[in-house]
Amino acid sequence: MLWVDKYRPKTLDRVMVHEEIALNLKKLVAEQDCPHLLFYGPSGSGKKTLIMALLRQILGPSAEKVKVENRNWKIDAGSRTIDLELTTLSSANHVELSPSDAGFQDRYIVQEIIKEMAKNRPIDTKGKKGYKVLILNEVDKLSREAQHSLRRTMEKYSASCRLILCCNSSSKVTEAIQSRCLNIRVNAPSEEEIIEVLEFIGKKEGLQLPSGFAARVAEKSNRSLRRAILSLETCRVQQYPFTSNQAIPPMDWEEYISEIATDILKEQSPKRLFQVRGKVYELLINCIPPQMILKRLLHELLKKLDAELKHEVCHWAAYYEHRMRLGQKAIFHIEAFVAKFMSIYKAFLIATFG
Amino acid sequence: MAPVLQSSQPWVEKYRPKQVKDVAHQDEVVRVLTNTLETANCPHMLFYGPPGTGKTTTALAIAHQLFGPELYKSRVLELNASDDRGINVVRTKIKDFAAVAVGSGQRQGGYPCPPFKIIILDEADSMTEDAQNALRRTMETYSKVTRFFFICNYISRIIEPLASRCAKFRFKPLSEEIMSSRILHICDQEGLNLDSEALSTLSSISQGDLRRAITYLQGAARLFGSSISSKDLISVSGVIPREVVEAFYATCKSGNFDLANKEVNNVIAEGYPVSQMIFQLFNVVVEADDVPDEQKARICKSLAEADKRLVDGADEYLQLLDVASNTMRALCNMPQEFSFET
Repeated sequence: MLWVDKYRPKTLDRVMVHEEIALNLKKLVAEQDCPHLLFYGPSGSGKKTLIMALLRQILGPSAEKVKVENRNWKIDAGSRTIDLELTTLSSANHVELSPSDAGFQDRYIVQEIIKEMAKNRPIDTKGKKGYKVLILNEVDKLSREAQHSLRRTMEKYSASCRLILCCNSSSKVTEAIQSRCLNIRVNAPSEEEIIEVLEFIGKKEGLQLPSGFAARVAEKSNRSLRRAILSLETCRVQQYPFTSNQAIPPMDWEEYISEIATDILKEQSPKRLFQVRGKVYELLINCIPPQMILKRLLHELLKKLDAELKHEVCHWAAYYEHRMRLGQKAIFHIEAFVAKFMSIYKAFLIATFG
Repeated sequence: MAPVLQSSQPWVEKYRPKQVKDVAHQDEVVRVLTNTLETANCPHMLFYGPPGTGKTTTALAIAHQLFGPELYKSRVLELNASDDRGINVVRTKIKDFAAVAVGSGQRQGGYPCPPFKIIILDEADSMTEDAQNALRRTMETYSKVTRFFFICNYISRIIEPLASRCAKFRFKPLSEEIMSSRILHICDQEGLNLDSEALSTLSSISQGDLRRAITYLQGAARLFGSSISSKDLISVSGVIPREVVEAFYATCKSGNFDLANKEVNNVIAEGYPVSQMIFQLFNVVVEADDVPDEQKARICKSLAEADKRLVDGADEYLQLLDVASNTMRALCNMPQEFSFET
């Protein structure tokens, strides 16, 4: 078992980083009831951990007996029927799903499937009416129509179900949904908190952590706890006992992008652009999201630029990332950015050095 | 074992006015509708206005008051965005319902029960244009037996032919006093303790949206118990603390790109929503006294651009960085045009 899963706190009492949020959540469900919730925050900050711990608090140990189901749905949409396949994780009283998996048909998931799930209320042993918990992941990726459909569902079935929504950026969740939920911001843990967790894991695993080593892992992690723990485990596999100046292996794709950045800065020509295209394709084939490639590339380039160029480059990065979102093929836009950068940089070099 | 449900109704539903005369702050609408109740006749209606001003509440209340609980089911059809409302539904479901004849106006059990049915189309601005077009003739043909109530946020998204067939009512954002009095009423009923500072914070962060105010209040009450301070309200509302926005603005003013980049990273890591950040930054910029108008205009232009891109789904970090860079260039009087672009 990976350490990330092994040391994931199972209950709200044992949460280490977001103690205040955990405390509030506990108060929130103390009366066995809660409003709809919307968790938002950067990845690796602990949203999912908090949600699972909260679920356990509400439902007791039965929340952990989950089964994965791959269900097919037939949805009657007027003149045609739509087949949808969706993976759900469910226990007796909760269902977890990512409606955005259905792509542009996500509206039907919200309108039909979630509605149907929300309607059926479980009955407990004493014959009292209970409620069901629905966890929806990645609501920020839902289409606008689907989000519109969700809002009335949330009100209408509020007696029999509670929705827990989870997303990275609440900017992309419509106002209407936000105003119907209790919003909980989960911030990325600070470096000190990450160090604390790493030291805790080190102690549990019986490792000798040289002083300053945990701090370096934390610094490299970009404030993502998941990444910090993963890279600690990688270091453990690579070399143990730790030495205090042991290299912390960076992600290989990040290294690859920094290579690309060096290439671009060395030579600005169509030939180089062609080589870079090959490398970007390599990254895309390996399922690195294009947004991440562009962001990382910008990060690497910014390190080596003059202040006046930085403004210009970051403007174009924002411009092409937006176009990438609207367009179909990511490679065009990444390449356009690279070409733009080359032209700007060349003009800058000529202006400076003649 | 399934958790047992206690009195779990959201306060928004619990304190939804049941009668038209209880609807706060919308005097003209209330007057017209009270008249309707007496004469038992009304035109097609179109309610529009910002969220949380009582549009749906009014429509539901008038329907209930006209027909009473017994006839309500057979006389009122309520459709909203959570139901499929494509052109097919308009052609079949709505048309079928609209075509059914009803008995003559006999008062039943103290309700006026006028001889028509009501179709409430909530969130009508999310209907497609085709679906709206398909409604035009239906509205006229069956106007003897059916009245349509459209509810929407943006009247500009209702096609002109539909809008011209309706009596339009604009719902105003609630004023601070009305809002405070409703909030205090709820606090009374729920046994909450709210000081005057928290009350004014609540009115300012909810911006005339009573539903939002009540949701925040309930959220804060659940989290922090019966005495609520203004800080608690800010933490449940998702508003970014003023210090954070001001620190961001200050780094933009400093003219150092790397500092700004670091600040942007920080804002993203703290998980603050960037759309909210842009909105609050806008307020800071507009209110700033020491910034000339031209610079303000330049900043606002870049904020608008970033907002549009965020709606399109662009990456938050890059957009905020772009905003920071633009703001910095405007504030520090750096040239707006790029010097190396060919």
